[in-house]
Amino acid sequence: MDGIKVTVNGKVRDCSGTNPSTRLLDWLRNEGLTGSKEGCAEGECGACAILVARPDGPDRSRWTSVNACLPPALAFDGQEIITAEGLGNVSDACTPEDLHPVQREMADRGGSQCGYCTPGFICSMAAEYYRPERSPAQEDRETGTAVVGEEHATDHECGPNGFDLHALSGNLCRCTGYRPIRDAAYALDVPAESDPLLDRQNRPAPAPGHTRVSGEAEFIRPQSLDEVHAALQENPDVKLVAGATDLGVEVNLRHSRPPLVLAIDRLEELRGLAFGADSIEIGAALTLSEVERALDGRVPLLGHLFPQFASRLIRNAATFGGNLSTGSPIGDSAPVFLALDARVVLSSADGEREVPLSEYYTGYRQSVRKPHEMLRAIRIPLPLAESTAFYKIAKRRFDDISSVSVAIALQLSAGVVRSVRIGLGGVAATPIRALATEEALVGQPWTSDTVAAAAAVMAGEGTPIDDMRASSLYRSAMLRQALLKFHAENAEELEVAR
Amino acid sequence: MKSLADRPVNPVVGIPVSHESAAGHVTGTALYTDDLIVRSSNVLHAWPVQAPHAHARILDLRTEPALKVPGVVRVLTASDVPGVNDAGIKHDEPLFPSEVMFYGHAVCWVLGESLEAARLGAEAVEVDYEPLPSIVTLEEAIEAESFQGNRPTVARGEPDKALEKARHRFSGEFQFSGQEHFYLETHASFAYLDEGGQVFVQCSTQHPSETQEIVAHVLNLANHDVTVQCLRMGGGFGGKEMQPHGWAAIAALGATLTGRPVRLRLNRTQDITMSGKRHPFHARWEAGFDDDGRLLALKATLTSDGGWSLDLSEPVLARALCHIDNAYYIPNIEVHGRIAKTNKTSQTAFRGFGGPQGMLVIEDLLGRCAPLLGLDPSELRRRNFYEPGQSTPYGQPVRHAERLQAIWRSLEDRSDIARRREEIASFNASHPHTKRALGMTPVKFGISFNLTAFNQAGALVHVYKDGSVLINHGGTEMGQGLHTKMRQVAATALGVPLSSVRLAPTRTDKVPNTSATAASSGADLNGGAIKNACEQISSRLAEVAARKLNIHPDDVRFDAGKVTGIGFHDASLTFAELARDAYFQRVSLWAAGYYRTEGLHWDSTRMQGEPFKYFSYGAAVSEVEVDRFTGAYRQLRTDIVHDVGDSLSPMIDVGQIEGGFVQGAGWLTLEDLRWDASDGPNRGRITTQSASTYKLPSFSEMPEEFNVHLFERATESGVVYGSKAVGEPPLMLAFSVREALRQAVAAFGPGDVAVELASPATPEAVFWAIERVSAPSSSAASSEDLVPSASGSVR
Repeated sequence: MDGIKVTVNGKVRDCSGTNPSTRLLDWLRNEGLTGSKEGCAEGECGACAILVARPDGPDRSRWTSVNACLPPALAFDGQEIITAEGLGNVSDACTPEDLHPVQREMADRGGSQCGYCTPGFICSMAAEYYRPERSPAQEDRETGTAVVGEEHATDHECGPNGFDLHALSGNLCRCTGYRPIRDAAYALDVPAESDPLLDRQNRPAPAPGHTRVSGEAEFIRPQSLDEVHAALQENPDVKLVAGATDLGVEVNLRHSRPPLVLAIDRLEELRGLAFGADSIEIGAALTLSEVERALDGRVPLLGHLFPQFASRLIRNAATFGGNLSTGSPIGDSAPVFLALDARVVLSSADGEREVPLSEYYTGYRQSVRKPHEMLRAIRIPLPLAESTAFYKIAKRRFDDISSVSVAIALQLSAGVVRSVRIGLGGVAATPIRALATEEALVGQPWTSDTVAAAAAVMAGEGTPIDDMRASSLYRSAMLRQALLKFHAENAEELEVAR
Repeated sequence: MKSLADRPVNPVVGIPVSHESAAGHVTGTALYTDDLIVRSSNVLHAWPVQAPHAHARILDLRTEPALKVPGVVRVLTASDVPGVNDAGIKHDEPLFPSEVMFYGHAVCWVLGESLEAARLGAEAVEVDYEPLPSIVTLEEAIEAESFQGNRPTVARGEPDKALEKARHRFSGEFQFSGQEHFYLETHASFAYLDEGGQVFVQCSTQHPSETQEIVAHVLNLANHDVTVQCLRMGGGFGGKEMQPHGWAAIAALGATLTGRPVRLRLNRTQDITMSGKRHPFHARWEAGFDDDGRLLALKATLTSDGGWSLDLSEPVLARALCHIDNAYYIPNIEVHGRIAKTNKTSQTAFRGFGGPQGMLVIEDLLGRCAPLLGLDPSELRRRNFYEPGQSTPYGQPVRHAERLQAIWRSLEDRSDIARRREEIASFNASHPHTKRALGMTPVKFGISFNLTAFNQAGALVHVYKDGSVLINHGGTEMGQGLHTKMRQVAATALGVPLSSVRLAPTRTDKVPNTSATAASSGADLNGGAIKNACEQISSRLAEVAARKLNIHPDDVRFDAGKVTGIGFHDASLTFAELARDAYFQRVSLWAAGYYRTEGLHWDSTRMQGEPFKYFSYGAAVSEVEVDRFTGAYRQLRTDIVHDVGDSLSPMIDVGQIEGGFVQGAGWLTLEDLRWDASDGPNRGRITTQSASTYKLPSFSEMPEEFNVHLFERATESGVVYGSKAVGEPPLMLAFSVREALRQAVAAFGPGDVAVELASPATPEAVFWAIERVSAPSSSAASSEDLVPSASGSVR
């Protein structure tokens, strides 16, 4: 037997005999690596964050921060992981000289108080430290002032060193108030050329393991899409898992113990991203971060979505395939894809079929997908509408779950609404289209009066409920307000254009 | 005799240094209680059986089915308790209850070979409940007159007469939320019988001595049979002052019954559903002002939601009553307090300890009344500041009251407030859908435990023959930097470099009978004790050095590990040499230190006295931007000037100020604890029992620009090296955010109406507040149905 091996901090460790429901975090801690902590067990706090070497194209890899509390340890068969313990050159007796630059900045600037969240922050910060696209602001030689690229200019959420604060959006600290952590992040230099972790990114990521573990519960990493189709045909109760950001919560909080888990996150058939003449196809198992990088702003509505979709830690693991398959009415991608008029590609041993997302959901977390089918890809038709927006109503700007989400895609022609599609989350048992509102708008002039009338219709869409996130009254009001806000923002843009 | 506040030349206190465990934190090598279990073997794991009722009688509890689950070793029930079946010191919180008092109450605990086995065992335990009528909300408790504990009153002057004469009289009602501590490290205990046969409990506790006492009384042991150690906590914030005891006792009980180590760590859901929180309050008030906006009188009744048992509700209420004045002189006052008994978790200490609740009432009152008095809110506040010579309603002179005005002026200058007011006015004029506003609020916070007996501390300081120093003290480290400060105090008092001083974890067998590390007093009390111990040692060492240097002991100087005499700079010896000499001369190199705060007295029946050693002062100004469409907002900038005396450790103190501020802003704007108050089957259940439903501030809630300035030349006489406490007072600087939001809401309306704002002021709450102020008065009647009211009103 070849066993299950995981490389942690440069040392190969045996992971054989691990139960499929054992999360990476627990396995690491049982190995004595107790730096990673459990703060919430649902991917919200980031105290468990670690780094894993993920593919960055065929030839390179990328240190990617993920929550260790959600995925099964077995999903890391053959992979390379770095924890806070292994980031610097640290032995038991830690001296300041041993600290990694990220660790040094955090320690020197008061970035830790109780220290419990700190190892997770360190890993998230290190991923951003090594992010290949991160580049410091250029200085204007004549004036000496910082000339900033677009990403620097947008807001205060990007440091002069190119550090994107959203890299830390999945890490919570209850002690510091964050200012020293931000200072530490913004003080980081570029990695030294001799940095071994930087150098590691120049080589391919480890290939996925051929993991097969059976026993009371089974964990299998299939080697082809056909294998997945066959497994689904045989056993419709099989759990397909990519980033495990949803299954992990089920396992941890609701103690679900699925008998058979198939890890599909590294299947090449599910990881394509193709730009066609009349559509863009996104593979179901690409992580949101991967799609974000590959699209590079080419779908502005998705561009609005990404920074508001959970956190970087989650986006580094979660997939659109998972978000749409789960079908939660408060999942944030469905409203956006509804507004984009996207279609989902369902595949099975019988072949493929395409279903408009607007016809996909049939009830709370239910869809037209048959038990033996899987969601292989999402297709976005082209051309895209010119004006789009995504409004996420939540208590917190970073890493929150929507009370209501509204995605709008509008095409005007000579001041008249030629087409409009509005996707809504959080106001019904499924994500829905605001069909009555769309109808009220199409063919009308895009003016305050028609928008106000349509906004009144919009307030009546869906059947929002009262819960701990928001009242039903507020949810309905936010539907109305979203349309008014969209109009106000677009009216302002027109003014600027003039 | 040197005074407590005097600093020697080249003190190590006052230097900005990192947290003493910073390297351990960033490398993940700093150990917390639950990190210890993988370093032990044969560990059992504990899991609770939580009742699914807000209130119920337990008719029968059958554990046999659990014992059939593979891996289950034992189920702990009331019949296993050899001593007192109670988790507290008031004997009103049974460890194993016969009556379920809140949804999620643990009725018994299962021990298993693995956490999974224990959990499955807990699922198998069969419990028959007889549901009983429950009281879940504060309104229900007030209606039913369900109260517990003391009903104190703070009074002065003739409030009724003064109200009658007042030119402006307002009354109102205000109910506001509590707060979940959400320390990142949940409650954890790890108990075993050590090699000497005693019960050893590793526990994440702010009050190891009390944990020890309760473990002992549950096990029917003497205190000396139990040792509690706290390595460090992953956050405490008051939540680990009283609450850990019962869980430590469960673990210790399991360890004594099985002879095996027992680990009890609550997961997040268990922690939120079982542990106490900040008390929500209801307030009813009546206030009178003169034409200048000066407060003439205040009458109020504060009702706190204590939950199912008293815990610390009485002292929390006392502090609320002693802080309703905040920074303001109120000549005539009468404030009543009472504690509701509800079927909820037993609410407990949380940073500020009732102070924030008392102060929120007056700040809300001033914020609401300012437009009705025709005054800018910050001007209304400033006019009512205490002046030197005035006393609090409970009879304590307000020493250094002049600092309020000085801090206020300094803050106005530093935050460039005049210019920004103009900028905001012009921004608001050109932005119909977005408004900005400033909120500026002061803090005056009393330092010391209201209960005088707690104001004492001990320390144990060893100097070894090589000159290295090991210190122990009774305080615990929860991230606040106490240990860092204590090393600086010891290094200063002994005249050695910081690197010579190591600090050993807090244990009850090193320093006994300690007080909780709470009430912001950790550094004041333990610093006093460490300094006392160090000075005992250094005065003995001075005699040894004096003989060697042939000078008088009073002329010996200790500085950075060198020992010299005045004017004898060339003749010196190292601290290590001196330690060795002392040993051979048979001079003791260790000492137990002790400190008691002087001058305190408090009559809790009359609510009069001088319970506080001194007051901490501070002020903050925050700028927010509010979106008309959604009620969402951003915190653009916050400036703070805060008085920490002469800082013992400036980086630590700034960290406490920033962290306290953001935590306070979380309480006031974001953190929204919800209980199911319906009559459905889940009545009494906390609906926000996870990080995905209970939101704490993240990066997106920190002020985008954040400037903290320590008030200068602020030596506090009578406190260790002239410093002041810092843990709690900055939390209340966050009122500035809430008041800024109120001002921004007002900017959407006509400006001369009282703006009511619910607390927490979530985007939804802000949205409804805007709807209320901007609704045209003609349609007010019809819009009332559509627009929910805030939790109170001004009449």
